[in-house]
Amino acid sequence: MAVTDRFEEPVPVTNRQIDHAVRQEWGRVLAALLHRVRQIELAEDALQDAYVAALSHWPNHGMPKSPRAWLLRTAERKAIDAIRRAKVFQTKQQQLAILRELEGGAHDDDPSPFPDDRLKLIFTCCHPALPHEASVALTLKTICGLNTPQIARAFLVSETTMAQRIVRAKRKISVAGIPYTVPDAELWGERMAAVLAVIYFIFNEGYAALKGDTHARTDLCEEAIRLGRIVTGLVPAESEAAGLLALMLLHHSRRYARLGREGEIIPLDAQDRDKWEPDDIAEGLTHLMMAGDSASPGPYTLQASLSAVHARAKSFAETDWLTMIGLYDQLYAQNPSPVVLLNRAVAVSYSEGPQAGLAALKALEIEPRLAKYQPFHAARADMLARAGRNTEAHRAYDRALELTQNVAEREFLEKKRKSLTN
Amino acid sequence: MEYLLGIYTDPKTEPQPGTPEFEKIMAGYFAFTNEVNEAGVMRGGNALQPSESGSTVSVRGSKSEIVDGPFAETKEQLGGYYLLDCKDLDEALKWAAKIPGAEHGRIEVRPVVVFD
Repeated sequence: MAVTDRFEEPVPVTNRQIDHAVRQEWGRVLAALLHRVRQIELAEDALQDAYVAALSHWPNHGMPKSPRAWLLRTAERKAIDAIRRAKVFQTKQQQLAILRELEGGAHDDDPSPFPDDRLKLIFTCCHPALPHEASVALTLKTICGLNTPQIARAFLVSETTMAQRIVRAKRKISVAGIPYTVPDAELWGERMAAVLAVIYFIFNEGYAALKGDTHARTDLCEEAIRLGRIVTGLVPAESEAAGLLALMLLHHSRRYARLGREGEIIPLDAQDRDKWEPDDIAEGLTHLMMAGDSASPGPYTLQASLSAVHARAKSFAETDWLTMIGLYDQLYAQNPSPVVLLNRAVAVSYSEGPQAGLAALKALEIEPRLAKYQPFHAARADMLARAGRNTEAHRAYDRALELTQNVAEREFLEKKRKSLTN
Repeated sequence: MEYLLGIYTDPKTEPQPGTPEFEKIMAGYFAFTNEVNEAGVMRGGNALQPSESGSTVSVRGSKSEIVDGPFAETKEQLGGYYLLDCKDLDEALKWAAKIPGAEHGRIEVRPVVVFD
């Protein structure tokens, strides 16, 4: 008995641990709170107050058995106080109805699980009636528990701009009557696509952050993957959600190999594959397997399958280009974009040789969208160089360099162009 | 919640009276109006005379100015509206997509303000 007594002493809790615990639970608690309070602003403020209370309470009393239940209970009390003071309600009846529900549903210390309402919250934040950039910010704020300054830094905008963006979006949710609900079958496909697009956008923002203050920037790739895990956890049957998660994990697995010490781009053929993260690859391939069960894989699943071909190859030379060409054909059938054909041509250039790749590109030259597309000229330059046509390759690199706007890309292309003369 | 579904169409490109396309659209509006009535969401709605018939009034100080035509010069003009009582925006958007004008014009969905 003396032994157990010792464990009842409060364990010292640091602010860092509190931050971590609160952020872990943020989305779930907020979603549960929103179910009762219905006003996103009010729910967020109440949870923020509960977090402040945790900072003063937990260091003295130790971490509660269920931080989630503690936060919800405390936030509900804060919400009741706020509602009594607030004037945000459209009608008095509305206010009373919410108060009654909150007070009726008072929790005791029972840490039993409450329903996970995060899916409703995600669909609300990613509603197509909201501007895309606002959906991105709201999702990071409500589901991932990032604060406004963190989101502002991540997207390189001022805190004021980001705060306004978020306030406007929340106002629209409440004023326009954007529902806090999971869409019905009729709307499901379109709305799920919107959710996945927001998550993929967040990932790409993080992925494209090549240079600059990467330390101070929140790792958006990690946040996007976390969102992907939440959605696949909540809707395991949604194959494209699993496909997107696989795609993000497989790309993310190369984070230590794809950039050099100076932040320069290292292309796939020059990456040290020992630096690819095996855990991410394994998790990515598992999700891809679950997504791949569907008879007609969607675009995220197909792109993940493409990435998986590289993940499975021991070296660049061992890449299964034929499989890749087949996957690009499937992708093109769904999304007839010249960019897909460009990537297919690159695969052809490795499978059948640079001349065959150049022939495939020739057919694409008439595409107006590709004429000003830097990767088209960079791919062409690379194939010309591999075919030994250095003068033409030089000219193609010149064109690619004219079109690039990114420092890392510029340095990469300049290096490639310089290597031609040797 | 009440929503105003404003129907904006381009009078130049929309089907003209006397054509079979026009008849089809009118039948569509008739069916839509019946449907919202039966669903119990209809709170009002009207078709409007063309925007050339409109007049714009503004009062600045004690001076009132009257101008011929609509306030904004745009290709698509407000041609009619429905006022519907819906559960939420999703329901309003579903109804909006069913309005025949959505196929050649646009429907603006605006929530109505509730005063205490």
